[in-house]
Amino acid sequence: MNAIPKTATASVGLQAQSPWRRVAVEFTRSPSAMLGLVVLMIIILVAALAPWIVVQNPYDLMQLNVMDARMAPGSPNMDTGYTYWLGTDGQGRDLVSAIIYGLRISLWVGIGSALIAAVIGTLLGLASAYAGGWVDALLMRFVDLLLSFPVILMALMILAWLGKGVGNVMLTLVLLEWAYYARTARGQALTESRREYVDAARGQGIGPWRIVIGHILPNCLPPLIVIGALQIARAITLEATLSFLGLGVPVTEPSLGLLIANGFQYMLSNEYWISLFPGLALLITIVAINLVGDRLRDVLNPRLQR
Amino acid sequence: MSHLEAIPMAEQPTLDVRGLCTSFYTRAGVLPAVRDVSLSVQPGRILGLVGESGSGKSVTGFSILGLVDEPGRISAGQVLFKGRDLTKLTASQLRDVQGNRVAMIFQDPMMTLNPVLRVDTQMVEAVRAHRPVSKREAREHASRTLALMGIASPEERLRAYPHQLSGGMRQRVAIAIALLHAPDLIIADEPTTALDVTIQAQILSEVQKLVREQGTSLIWITHDLSVVAGLADDVAVMYAGRIVEQGSVADVLDRPQHPYTQGLIDSLPSRNRRGQRLRQIPGMAPDLLSMPEGCAFAARCPRSSSVCAQEPAPREIAPGQTVRCFHPGAADVQ
Repeated sequence: MNAIPKTATASVGLQAQSPWRRVAVEFTRSPSAMLGLVVLMIIILVAALAPWIVVQNPYDLMQLNVMDARMAPGSPNMDTGYTYWLGTDGQGRDLVSAIIYGLRISLWVGIGSALIAAVIGTLLGLASAYAGGWVDALLMRFVDLLLSFPVILMALMILAWLGKGVGNVMLTLVLLEWAYYARTARGQALTESRREYVDAARGQGIGPWRIVIGHILPNCLPPLIVIGALQIARAITLEATLSFLGLGVPVTEPSLGLLIANGFQYMLSNEYWISLFPGLALLITIVAINLVGDRLRDVLNPRLQR
Repeated sequence: MSHLEAIPMAEQPTLDVRGLCTSFYTRAGVLPAVRDVSLSVQPGRILGLVGESGSGKSVTGFSILGLVDEPGRISAGQVLFKGRDLTKLTASQLRDVQGNRVAMIFQDPMMTLNPVLRVDTQMVEAVRAHRPVSKREAREHASRTLALMGIASPEERLRAYPHQLSGGMRQRVAIAIALLHAPDLIIADEPTTALDVTIQAQILSEVQKLVREQGTSLIWITHDLSVVAGLADDVAVMYAGRIVEQGSVADVLDRPQHPYTQGLIDSLPSRNRRGQRLRQIPGMAPDLLSMPEGCAFAARCPRSSSVCAQEPAPREIAPGQTVRCFHPGAADVQ
């Protein structure tokens, strides 16, 4: 009784560990967010392992049999005996395979563009806050200008100029999204740079760029992470929209949006599955990301902490 | 660094500030926060810089270390650190001095440590900012310095995040960071104000001991005269951006000559006057944006006369004791 308490409590107190750990613990307290996270993990895993999971490569036209086009869910494949659980599309693609490959493209485009935009936007935002003066004013007015246009209009204009393709869609999304990160990073950095720990770091003779990256940036991360999560969902939706409108990915490599668009013409002839299932896959993905993002926003909100 | 240092200089002060003026150029007008401040600190001595909020004592400290931000600017004067004018250095030359030869300790220990970085991360970075050592060596040095500040189990503290430490512990860590490079001068900006008195007493005695042992000069900025009485060798009293009285602690606190210093000492609550109304200095500190001509204290001063409409020059009233007043003298109310 006498020997234990002192050291025990001291070490327990110090094991509360990093602020990020606290955020993680807080995060797990929400069942809906955990559900979203698990679903998202499964989706990402399935998409990443797509070539080893699917029975048919939907991009390989040689594997497609036009005779199998527009078959209802549950129909058997005449050649291999494999069952088309979700039916086939107008080209005879197995929809399960097509959706998984579509998810792969959607996630790659969404996550990839959100990450690139995050890095570029954050660095520009930090640089803007650090430079101040006319550089800051110019950059931020440009950001305002960019954010004041309807996103879909801007995307259509850029894509009409760049042309189709996965790379071009990502480039477009990056061009449209970096501004959100830049504005948030700048605002946050300005707030943080007035905090005393920044003066203390300067008083230690630490260089300005090291202070910005090593001290200010880590304190700016929470809102940027929240924006990042929600921007991924936005990017996936936007990519789907663009593909649906026919300006996104090429027809030979359909993403979810293109699958929905392709099935659209058969909706009225009762062949609902071609559009419905890719739509459901998109819906589930977006909802899962948003559940995670909303919870992140709650646990990372400084006003709700402590 | 150069051959000049071979010449032994007798009694060169660690810091010699001459006619320092720092102003803030705001939209509402020019705000003279520090006006013609001159002070010097000898090696191993402790200077208490006293004044109420807004008197310019913190800005003086920030100016010495070159930490004044836009829209503030040092508009005149020299900050001679071991004979080298810090106001003339380039940004990177200044960074070599900051934290290395001159270190600063800030007021609020809750705010001066980066909340998302572990103590060891911050200390290792502070070490490596000035010394080309490995991370492991830097960490060992940090651990030794924490132990020097009377911190038990420094290894455990190093692994902690600031929010896991108590206020007193954080301030010890902040002081340890200031001590990492055994600087020649430490500027401490009210570092114990946010702590309770028992912790304050412990930290004061440890700082005092370290300063004596290492021959470090210390400027202790505070509004607390009792801290100055217990800690400092010399004292400078600031009012509205100027030093109104300076000298040794014994002289200034026992025989204050400036009516403002007397007012400050009189307004300390004391046992002898229990039950009586607490004394205060009438009136308010002047607005720095519309500073009156002449002595800034005149409007509140019991001794003010027509000459006070002019600016009093500092006068040496006794050896080592300077007063900026036309009517210096012992207290007239006791």
